[in-house]
Amino acid sequence: MDKVNSVFDVASRAMSAQMTRLNTIASNLANANTVASSREEAYKALRPVFAAQFSEKVNKSGLATVGIEDIVALDREPGKTFAPDHPKADEQGYIYRAAVDTDEEMVEMLEASRHYQNNLEVLSTLRTLMMRTISMGR
Amino acid sequence: MDSISTSLNVHAQALGLRNKRNEILASNIANAATPHFKARDFNFAQELDKRMVSGDPLRTTNARHIPQAGGPDATDLKFRVPTEPSLDGNTVELAVEQVQFSENVIRYQTSLGFLNRRISGLESAIKGE
Repeated sequence: MDKVNSVFDVASRAMSAQMTRLNTIASNLANANTVASSREEAYKALRPVFAAQFSEKVNKSGLATVGIEDIVALDREPGKTFAPDHPKADEQGYIYRAAVDTDEEMVEMLEASRHYQNNLEVLSTLRTLMMRTISMGR
Repeated sequence: MDSISTSLNVHAQALGLRNKRNEILASNIANAATPHFKARDFNFAQELDKRMVSGDPLRTTNARHIPQAGGPDATDLKFRVPTEPSLDGNTVELAVEQVQFSENVIRYQTSLGFLNRRISGLESAIKGE
């Protein structure tokens, strides 16, 4: 893992973590209507696990960013529907729909994009401050 | 030289501390969605007082010298107490952090403005215009 040296590391890694979160949400929404022939094969919603990454001198600098530790599939029950004429139906005539709650995914998406915007705002504000500091005394 | 640095001193120190606080608040905002993350901050007035009172830090000339603990460079970081504790153990409250951040940015710009005025004042004194 790379070191956390400046506020640019903090904001950029937080943004890429939120971007990965948005990617999982996109995958979940894309697969919301997929159908499988068994409970195990059915698509389960993916979620990233966030973990704080601290700078080596965190007690002095207070710098901490966020990274993705793991991406897990949520252990949820897929919807079981009786549809014997479906090509994916099992011997009993059941199909298994993806365990994705689209409303929940939409809320997750809003939250992730807000967090992304916050970090971008911090980055652009601090960049402006730095530019002004460079031209100090002119 | 000495008088120039003393004339800039307060604002230069304040600018450095404001920058540090910006970085800490940015870390808090970056971790707004991380479970079990504890938001940090420091008391600005207290830290500025500390920097203004103490002189140069204790110099170490040998690798076996023990560095000075709690020198003017050591910031006393504290954990923020949340107004509404959350279930996932995260103590970052986005609204609080954003307000603190924008206030800190404004104050940084104020310090920068003071410094700029001082510098242009000194410049016109040097040039004798």
